Amino acid sequence: MIGVYVAGDSLLHRARPGAKLLVLLVLTTLLVALPRPDVVTAMAVVVAALALVAGLGARGLGRLVWPLRWMVLVLTPVQAWLAGWERAYVVVGGLVVAVTAAGVVSATTRVADMTDTLTVGLRPLRRFGVDPDRVGLVLALTIRAIPVVTDALRLVREARQARGMRITPDTMLAPLLIRTIRHADRVGEALAARGVDD
Amino acid sequence: MIVFDGVQHSYGDRTVLRGIDLELSERRVGLVGANGSGKSTLARMINGLVTPTRGRVAVDGHDVAREGAQVRRLVGFVFADPEAQIVMPTVAEDVAFSLRRHKLPVAERDARVRAALSRYGLQDHADHPAHLLSSGQKQLLALAAVLVTQPAVLVADEPTTLLDRRNARAITAELARLDQQVVLVTHHLHLLADWDRVVVIDEGRVVADGQPGPTLRFYRDLMDGALDDATGRHSDGSPRGPADGAGP
Repeated sequence: MIGVYVAGDSLLHRARPGAKLLVLLVLTTLLVALPRPDVVTAMAVVVAALALVAGLGARGLGRLVWPLRWMVLVLTPVQAWLAGWERAYVVVGGLVVAVTAAGVVSATTRVADMTDTLTVGLRPLRRFGVDPDRVGLVLALTIRAIPVVTDALRLVREARQARGMRITPDTMLAPLLIRTIRHADRVGEALAARGVDD
Repeated sequence: MIVFDGVQHSYGDRTVLRGIDLELSERRVGLVGANGSGKSTLARMINGLVTPTRGRVAVDGHDVAREGAQVRRLVGFVFADPEAQIVMPTVAEDVAFSLRRHKLPVAERDARVRAALSRYGLQDHADHPAHLLSSGQKQLLALAAVLVTQPAVLVADEPTTLLDRRNARAITAELARLDQQVVLVTHHLHLLADWDRVVVIDEGRVVADGQPGPTLRFYRDLMDGALDDATGRHSDGSPRGPADGAGP
């Protein structure tokens, strides 16, 4: 969901990251403050319209929503059983709309621009010992780590398969952790070489 | 000028470098040695990633132990695995990341990023996720991200190890074209054939140093076991190292 920047020159791409984050904040606040089906529907239409304005197209919008299918499939019946279908629509629909809206922001904002905005936004927290540059860097590294860890998982799985070993979560954990820690160690060295701590 | 003066380095009880005295002023310097010989530790010292346990390493007069920040502004470092070196999600962002500490105006920063990407044929991938590049392109990206800061020295630690022959040649051709002083650590000896100087490290010591021809021949013999350990001579009776013009 994060780190899926789609290059473009739409109005949303050109908008300042801070403005987009503010709109996202307003939208999610409305979803929480006004838990009604009509609000969820209206926000869904707004988010879909924004995705189309951003040039993501129906397929791009689908790519943002599709990863949420398991959450929808699990939460909807539970909510419907506990609080009725209307409540299920408001809760699950609201979540889908909020996460999709965040996806639209991610798809139209470079991570570097987002981290720059975050860095500026966190400056007032310097007096409490928060290092805004460091927070921005951590965000960027976290996003960058997603494909790396995914690849490490694939390699561990293939290594076990090649040796005819069973693949279970507990047997995957140790080698995955070792690979991840080794990668983190190398990244740390590379950051030092690029003068990050200077 | 890179100077190693009586350098020794140990990891715990294990001494990996001993008695290293070198002055590297040539534009193209190759470092070769077996796995575990200490050559990567030596290379890391030039950037200040590793500081010597004993002795002194200096780059253009800056001591790497005491003036690490200045040294890292002078010395760029390219690792064997670009996957670990690329820290930002997209190609252009990773190059731009190198310029953060330079506090450039956005327009100038973007112009330098574009120029670096164009130079290495990555301009069409600027907004692509870095992890989707090929291995060769990732190494070119790592190179671009380092060179965009215009360091005076580039140290490359086995940058072609994970690449196929074509990509290895492309990377080496890029290194050869650079204006900077380049120190290349490699096992691909043919890549050093026309370099200015080659230094051979074995068991933490400089065992040969000189023109690529005799030095690489000496190293090949060393690796193939053609040097008689007892006599220090080649198996055909010719003397080891110094008489080849390749000695330390």
